[in-house]
Amino acid sequence: MNPVRTVGPVIRRRNDEARGALIAYLPVGFPTLDESVEAAVALVENGVDVLELGLPYSDPVMDGPVIQAATQQALANGFRVADGFDAVRRITERTDAPVLIMTYWNPVVQYGVDRFADDLAAAGGAGLITPDLIPDEAAEWVAASDRTGLDRVFLAAPTSTDARIRQAVEASRGFVYAVSTMGITGARSDVDQAARTLVTRLSHAGAPASCVGLGISTGAQVAEVLEYADGAIVGSALVKALADGGVEAASTLAADLARGTRVE
Amino acid sequence: MALRTQTGPYFGDFGGRFVPESLIAALDELGEAYDLAKLDPAFGDELLELGRSYTGRPSIITEVPRFAEHAGGARIILKREDLNHTGSHKINNVLGQALLTRRIGKRRVIAETGAGQHGVATATAAALFGLECTIYMGEVDTERQALNVARMRLLGAEVVAVKAGSRTLKDAINEAMRDWVTNVATTNYIFGTVAGPHPFPEMVRDFQKIIGEEARQQVLDLTGSLPTAVTACVGGGSNAIGIFHAFLDDTDVRLIGYEAGGEGVETERHAATISKGRPGVLHGARSYLLQDDDGQTIESHSISAGLDYPGVGPEHSWLAAIGRAEYRPVTDAAAMEALRLLTRTEGIIPAIESAHALAGTLELGREVGRDATILVSLSGRGDKDMDTAATYFDLYDATGETK
Repeated sequence: MNPVRTVGPVIRRRNDEARGALIAYLPVGFPTLDESVEAAVALVENGVDVLELGLPYSDPVMDGPVIQAATQQALANGFRVADGFDAVRRITERTDAPVLIMTYWNPVVQYGVDRFADDLAAAGGAGLITPDLIPDEAAEWVAASDRTGLDRVFLAAPTSTDARIRQAVEASRGFVYAVSTMGITGARSDVDQAARTLVTRLSHAGAPASCVGLGISTGAQVAEVLEYADGAIVGSALVKALADGGVEAASTLAADLARGTRVE
Repeated sequence: MALRTQTGPYFGDFGGRFVPESLIAALDELGEAYDLAKLDPAFGDELLELGRSYTGRPSIITEVPRFAEHAGGARIILKREDLNHTGSHKINNVLGQALLTRRIGKRRVIAETGAGQHGVATATAAALFGLECTIYMGEVDTERQALNVARMRLLGAEVVAVKAGSRTLKDAINEAMRDWVTNVATTNYIFGTVAGPHPFPEMVRDFQKIIGEEARQQVLDLTGSLPTAVTACVGGGSNAIGIFHAFLDDTDVRLIGYEAGGEGVETERHAATISKGRPGVLHGARSYLLQDDDGQTIESHSISAGLDYPGVGPEHSWLAAIGRAEYRPVTDAAAMEALRLLTRTEGIIPAIESAHALAGTLELGREVGRDATILVSLSGRGDKDMDTAATYFDLYDATGETK
């Protein structure tokens, strides 16, 4: 098996040569499996550094209306968890970008945590972002990711205590996902000041990298976030562009977002 | 260790906190407030007084001999949670959590509801305590429980019809959790059943266990001995855990939960989570769950909105796993027949949820024989179900007037 293409080196490199990394979320299977693969490749060609592929799930409590609608459509089209590995394989064959899977926890449990880790590593995936799995409950996944070398990205929130921030930093590998504001996914006009404070706390706790997500939708916001964070994560805005204007619109938005990573 | 002393976050392999990090601070705050409240006699006294002077506790027990004739002649005793203010057991939990909301200084409460019983109870407590209140209810349920929607609005609550997913209870919970993640600084989530992340399963059970504590003594006073069996309907399972809990360490007393068998557990249209599901993670806890091979939640079905839920509380999963309680399915048809039978023989109209326990008890009575005594949790009254019942039994004439 090839060594896992982890996200840490890419985030470091982008912080050396630019403001930081641009991380893009797309759900697998939306609008179709093939189009989701094409869209992901196009995002990388337009300046996205790391991909985050969402596995559609029936009960996505962290997601707002845009991603809910997209993932419901993917499920209605017959999405299967194994399609996620297929998409990772096809994307990593065509791009150099590391590909994380973002998934709610039950699909991993039902697939089998070890089997999931093995199949993700075999497909060329970088690791997992787990929005409803806290480190306290993650012993099985920590063991499986240690064994396979996969990244594991846990979340930190503005309300997290110092002890929980330290726990997230210690448990994560790749980066810590800093939830920019209290809420669910969806574009917002201003990204909360709370994000800046949270990233400072994470870095004091020793986080090698912190990336900020929830609410980012423009290149200007990417630039603003990258003043203090190592990466900016964009989801709903790209999904909406893909839903409304197809791969072309998503690519155009990605290019605008990527301008926010560049030092003028 | 006594089964009754079991606390969260885990009941055997079941329970835990599978939620976004954004909610952990709120769950910790609630759990800590609850742990302090448990040790504070003033909290217990206030809750007892509210139970006495507002809810109408203790609720009575009623022996139902004419109904029991249809159950092989076993003695059947109903625990009358239907007589509580707001019409069901849900008020027991809501008053406890409303007191906690006040202790943690939040001014807004949210809740999910299926049949509307928990939503009505929460809206009632919000009115009583002067709290802002939003209730999430699946769009399907707002249609089949329109009367309860009106009650909640009259009580001053905002009722949000949830259009996502299967548009029933599970989607209402998703939407309530999204609200909570967003507004957690000002808002407390009054969860309605013994499911969800810790501390809800333990806390809601503790607020409901008064049902069994009262009933155990009432049955002893009436019959001189403990019942042969205790029965209850199980959706998320709060009335069932409430009446079971006092009997957990009475090893001779059988505990039987009746799940919604819908159109039959051999079909795809049921909500028999323990009977037909397998362990997984939903709504913050590891428990039994109706799901496909990929772990996607399967939409449940029940004629009863309150049991139409593809999950179940983790303590029930644990009691099933260790063999302390049994869980059996009851079909829509059997529940509706039992609803009519209790109404005709005893003049008590049960909620369709509770009618599942009655239907199961009719069958159980024939198994256990004439010497047995069965205590049944009559968790709610049927007023809210009149439209469903009138349609089911064809009680409306062509112009919509009652026959």
